[in-house]
Amino acid sequence: MRINELKIFGGVGKDGQTEKVYEFTLKMGDVISIVGPTGSGKTTLIDDIALFADNNTPTKRRVLVNGFSAPEEFMNDPSKNPIAFITQHTNFLSDLPVEEFLGIHAKIRCSGKDLSVISETVEFANQLTGEPIDPKNAMTELSGGQTRALLIADAVIIGNSPIILLDEIENAGIDRTKALELLRRYEKIFIFVTHDPRIALLSDFRIVMRNGAMIKTVYAHDEELAVAEKIKELDDLILHLRQLIRDGERVDGVVLEERLLSFV
Amino acid sequence: MKLVICAGPPTTGKTTVLKQVTKRLINAGFNVSYVKIDVQYADEDKIFEKEFGIPAKKVYSGELCPDHCNVMVLGDAVQWAKTNRSDILLVETAGLCLRCSPYIEGSLGLVVLEATSGMNLPRKIGPMLTLADVAVVTKIDLISQAEREVFRARVMDSAADISVCETNALYGIGIDTVVKKIYSSEEIVYPLILRGNPPVGTCTVCVGKKEIGWRQHFGVVRPLEGDIFYQGE
Repeated sequence: MRINELKIFGGVGKDGQTEKVYEFTLKMGDVISIVGPTGSGKTTLIDDIALFADNNTPTKRRVLVNGFSAPEEFMNDPSKNPIAFITQHTNFLSDLPVEEFLGIHAKIRCSGKDLSVISETVEFANQLTGEPIDPKNAMTELSGGQTRALLIADAVIIGNSPIILLDEIENAGIDRTKALELLRRYEKIFIFVTHDPRIALLSDFRIVMRNGAMIKTVYAHDEELAVAEKIKELDDLILHLRQLIRDGERVDGVVLEERLLSFV
Repeated sequence: MKLVICAGPPTTGKTTVLKQVTKRLINAGFNVSYVKIDVQYADEDKIFEKEFGIPAKKVYSGELCPDHCNVMVLGDAVQWAKTNRSDILLVETAGLCLRCSPYIEGSLGLVVLEATSGMNLPRKIGPMLTLADVAVVTKIDLISQAEREVFRARVMDSAADISVCETNALYGIGIDTVVKKIYSSEEIVYPLILRGNPPVGTCTVCVGKKEIGWRQHFGVVRPLEGDIFYQGE
């Protein structure tokens, strides 16, 4: 089934009040973020989307695919489900070498087709992670960041899922600016649950959650894109400090002071 | 009355799935009874009684093989559920041995498998999977998209006609499909007959006498209430 758009209709928050965001629509190529404090209902919203909620979850939200309720096969057959959902708990269990594992998935997905998707997937993952993945490595040898990068790459390339939900990937040491830049090249819908200002500001719009309800949509703004650039510099400074510490160096307070002043 | 028999290896989430199912059946206005068959310890009867206020019972198979115990006591258990005026009897088995399968003709056979048990599990477990009607796959949130797809493909390879329901049972995700399968399952018909042949053995069940109820068997038998005893010459 070709996905053109996803429409989400608001339901009720924790207190039973109707959500202020009545509806929003996602078209192919859209990148959005869900933001809000812990416990505000971000995960429940992304769960509703992953479930194609149809007035049958506690929030009473509805998710329509191309204007209709989702067919049942979406939920029962993961290869027909247009959504790939990567949570903080999602993991690989296999101890096969990376290329063999990806080969098994590729075989199920594109039987008879060229298996060059395997190297494409590894290359994609390696652009997201600091330490490159060797396709001969066992899956169990991958670091947390490499695992997350490979989960995303597998969903994008081999799974070819048109809609990808990512729950707090910033905790996994993924290059976020690079990830967003790379993901935007694919005509897909990406929904991030995030506490990361950079991911939020680089999204097309963000949904703000409070007390279980969607209270606001905030659209991207040129000024904010400039702020995202500044945040990148701040992030790079943190990364620089991290690298110093990893290398066994001392952190120089004066240099840090100077670099911080450049932000004021 | 409908009969649902739930099997699956230990710790796969059979009880969690049945709790989510029970909640939905009760909300839809059905009267439900629950029986748990286990070897030496179970507290699920208390959990179902307390949480849902439904008639619940447990049976310890003790020295009997739990799936044999199922054959012995299920006839009585169906009667018990009928006296409770139940529309649906849920039976949760111990799920220890992979050689037998506890499903009965005219019942709905659910096998609960955890996605985290590895991509090869569906190839290993035999009649517990191949004779079931519905495979409920739990813990799908914990594994990669790739492994979910491979797991499902291998379930279908082993049991071509089975329906696969992917769930995150802890949060009730995907349970509605399981409940729909229960709605559309058949009413029980007598005599109750075991669906599959148990492995070769020497007791009346093992040699292929599949009729349900301890009265139909010889050797060491037991009723639902009471201890095991010897029946025969």
